[in-house]
Amino acid sequence: MIPDKRMTHDEVVAELADGMTIGIGGWASRRKPMSLVRAILGSDLKDLTIVSYGGPDIGLLCAAGKVRKAVYGFVSLDTIPLEPHFRIARQTGAVQAMELDEGMMLLGLQAAAWRLPFLPTRAGLGSDLLRVMPEILTVQSPYPGPDGGPGEELVAMPALELDAALIHMNRADQGGNGQFLGPDLYMDDLMAMAATRTFLSTERVVPTDQLSAEGSFHTLRISRLMVDGVVEAPNGAHFTECPPDYGRDEAFQKEYAATASSAELWEAFRQKYLAGDEADYQRAIGADR
Amino acid sequence: MTDATRDEVCVVAVAECFRGDGERLCNPIGTIPMIGGRLARESFEPDLVMTDGFAMFAANPVPVGVADPEVVVESWNPYPQMFSVLWNGKRHVMMGASQMDPYGNQNFACIGDWHRPKAQLLGFRGAPGNTINHTTSYFIPNQTPKVFVEHVDVVCGVGYDRAAELGPVSSRFHDIRRVVTNLATFDFATPDHRMRLRSVHPGVTVEDVIQATGFELVIDDFDESRLPTDDELRLIREVLDPNDSRKAEVRG
Repeated sequence: MIPDKRMTHDEVVAELADGMTIGIGGWASRRKPMSLVRAILGSDLKDLTIVSYGGPDIGLLCAAGKVRKAVYGFVSLDTIPLEPHFRIARQTGAVQAMELDEGMMLLGLQAAAWRLPFLPTRAGLGSDLLRVMPEILTVQSPYPGPDGGPGEELVAMPALELDAALIHMNRADQGGNGQFLGPDLYMDDLMAMAATRTFLSTERVVPTDQLSAEGSFHTLRISRLMVDGVVEAPNGAHFTECPPDYGRDEAFQKEYAATASSAELWEAFRQKYLAGDEADYQRAIGADR
Repeated sequence: MTDATRDEVCVVAVAECFRGDGERLCNPIGTIPMIGGRLARESFEPDLVMTDGFAMFAANPVPVGVADPEVVVESWNPYPQMFSVLWNGKRHVMMGASQMDPYGNQNFACIGDWHRPKAQLLGFRGAPGNTINHTTSYFIPNQTPKVFVEHVDVVCGVGYDRAAELGPVSSRFHDIRRVVTNLATFDFATPDHRMRLRSVHPGVTVEDVIQATGFELVIDDFDESRLPTDDELRLIREVLDPNDSRKAEVRG
């Protein structure tokens, strides 16, 4: 029997707390759990540390004043290379930053997923990453170097342990077996395993025996072992892409990005789209299209 | 006589960066870099492996600037696999740079103090890991003294002086092949790995290059960057970039 872990957006938010470290899946403006991000935007949560291959998730949460610290390799909207709301947050000093090499971030999540304190890597050596973030240390290999000399120095990428992870899947069953039908899982599986609690939103909850009809077994990369709650959220990744269900809403993304140019525009955007719940949001974006 | 324009000279200069790479992931980022990499594979470096710009290795010459181009998938390379490939080393990336110093240290993270940047740019992205693990080249479409600077604000991509400080073991996979700009090409084939002028593009003078550089270049023997052949021009214009996307990146 597959357990029933279905929840509402509000029930997920109720599981979160001020000051938590929250991982957000997807990559840049691709398959982001945006409906869960919107639920956080509409909550009283604050002082969050957000760990993400960043896109509009980080930008929106920064604009809404929810973020104390951002942990990222980049923050980009893909077709708009620099996330304008995030830029403002960095340039005004509104958020602390842990800015990682993209591969180091993978290793930090992997280390947390495997319950290790760190994983070694060459990435970061010689760059200013270690200078500006002195909390990231190096480790000497206990084995001889390739020249027979002392063991080589490597970066010890610390585990990125998450209090909660939010990921969005194309399909899932009620127990949290998640299915991605697009070209890339990104690091969603690592996020899910790096977190104490993982909440999965999905375009559609389907019976378990329907998952194999949706895609090959290779697409079933999130198991219910990794998932604590399931939220059905059709169009929930909007305005990021969620192939093959839908592409990125470029017009809406432009509208969002333009709101970084003034507080009035941002406030108007917030009133128009973010003042209500997810159903209100879906209605608001539908009215325009 | 050829009617090749500057953007097409840049495409060929990019392609030349990958000459001799053989069966390696050729991973140029940006419009002209992607056209250049694909040109190399369609002409003199046929064994290169290239992406469709996303999660697939594409066996066919995928055009840039075309919606939903045909992709002949030869392998699946989503991001987690991409990091395995890059740590494994069979990859030659071409990145951009907001700043570069004479030893090839590169910055595209931010301008100003990293702790409170004047301008937040891309972040470190993959530059630290790329440069310390495999061959890297750069394409800079707007060479100015603000881009070629004595010191970069934040070292993202590791240059030769930093690599030397790490010692021969830690830097054994470090290799900055070449830098291509809208004006010229450069390499680091000098005794102390200071940047050297390798070729100037047709129509550009050495003085133009010096004026657009904020540090002292090594200038001894250099060539004129070669022009595309007729076949290369046909590939660029008809196959790889039929909508002239390259012209938005480099003018003239």
